Amino acid sequence: MNDKSDMAHAARPVASTDMSRRDVLALAGATASVSVIPTLLDSTAMAETAVASITVLVSFTVNDQRQQLNIDPRQSLLDVLRETLDLPGTKKGCNQGACGACTVLVDGRRIVSCLTLASMHDDAQIETIEGLEKDGELHPLQEAFVAHEGLQCGFCTSGQIMSGLGCIAEGHSGSPEEIQFWMSGNICRCGAYPGIVAAVADAAKRS
Amino acid sequence: MFPFTLEKAGSAEAAIAAAATGARYIAGGTTLIDLMREEVERPERLIDINGLPLGGIRVEGDDLLIGALARMADVAADNNVQRLQPLIAESLIEGASPQLRNMASMGGNMLQRVRCPYFRMLDVGCNKRTPGSGCAAIEGINAGHAILGTSDYCVATHPSDVAVALVALDATMRVHGPQGERSFPVEDLFRIPGDTPHLEHTLLPGELIVELRVPGGPYARNARYLKVRDRASYEFALVSAAAALAIENGVIREARLAVGGVGTRPWRLRACEAALAGKKPDRQAFEEAAELATEGVRPLHHNAFKVVLLPRTIVRALELAGEVA
Repeated sequence: MNDKSDMAHAARPVASTDMSRRDVLALAGATASVSVIPTLLDSTAMAETAVASITVLVSFTVNDQRQQLNIDPRQSLLDVLRETLDLPGTKKGCNQGACGACTVLVDGRRIVSCLTLASMHDDAQIETIEGLEKDGELHPLQEAFVAHEGLQCGFCTSGQIMSGLGCIAEGHSGSPEEIQFWMSGNICRCGAYPGIVAAVADAAKRS
Repeated sequence: MFPFTLEKAGSAEAAIAAAATGARYIAGGTTLIDLMREEVERPERLIDINGLPLGGIRVEGDDLLIGALARMADVAADNNVQRLQPLIAESLIEGASPQLRNMASMGGNMLQRVRCPYFRMLDVGCNKRTPGSGCAAIEGINAGHAILGTSDYCVATHPSDVAVALVALDATMRVHGPQGERSFPVEDLFRIPGDTPHLEHTLLPGELIVELRVPGGPYARNARYLKVRDRASYEFALVSAAAALAIENGVIREARLAVGGVGTRPWRLRACEAALAGKKPDRQAFEEAAELATEGVRPLHHNAFKVVLLPRTIVRALELAGEVA
């Protein structure tokens, strides 16, 4: 699959290749963008020059890896994780701080990454869902989500798990009621709440 | 989002100098970034004040002092806050979500903007966003809007919970500005909309909130915050009440009462407080005092229920405060 333009016009199924679903989606998105760029280029050239002149340098650690990035100050931490660092496990749900799907840990505290500018996190230690698995072993809270079926569609799950880590670390996992209250910043539209609460309670007991 | 420059403040003086010439302070960013993305807010210069040493929480005599950059979660979890001013801790925990409480600063909480949906809709009138453009909420969906302190120009409620507690407790705030330092009651920070709803607070250009001071009082430990809302947590108040009672020999010596979700600013109820003084802390006294809260209400098409819910919430909050008194 070296020739991207081939992919855009390919009518054949891609299941026989070794590409993941995510690779296919990313590639399709990239080729679609490429095809519209020539028509927009003239009108956006000025704006892009202006933006390029105000990029800022930021360095922080994501999942134990040091990152030094030149970014637009408008970029949220969420967008930098997903688009610049290719860590799409952190999800963009509402993009206004209401759903919790983008929850990550910054210096050990759970926050919503959509409502914070990446450029304000110089020297921070950031942990995302991608960093939880160690040596091929899922994190105990990930295991608990599997065991208790704390998900259906899975879109909110990485945010639930990162928030669950914060909830346990803060000491707010003593009872199902307490977990419900302290996990209320994470919405699950499938309604997998009983499993989510059970998973957090189970992992809290083991930690 | 419109382009902007972002600078880190090296000192309070440098931040104030920048803000005095048009830059905007940013701390937690949970309100500002959201509104910038919606293009309701379009600052060209931001000053990141998170590096300033304004995050401390300390005790001075009976008074509790809270730095403006202290995060809501840290204030709520602080031993001194829980011991001296449990109303502050309770009102904080009832606000926002755990993630947002980890991010949002106390100073930013005071200055958060309204949650009226029309404020965010660029294609409808909003006198707060665009002076002179009208108020879409008055004839729109206004179940969540205010019944006290409204005008024909704006009916949005002030969304903060902890501000209601601070106003009830006679808290003051200290601000630094280009002209130096001053302190004033937190209550005086908030303006009612009148015909200028775009002017929300009384800070002068460049002024920076540095600290909140919550004075001790005989009622401080006997205080509860009750928040009535459409779901059990992580929702703005329909009606909330901060109630504090000092009871001596079976009689109310002093009462403090403020309500949220109903006013265009955190709403102190001094007439109710006066009516409680000298009474036995029973349901009859609470109901008689609570009736005074609805004086001058201006209900809208969808929020007349608040006129009924307000006194009931006050009675329940006073009963809860009476139980710990």
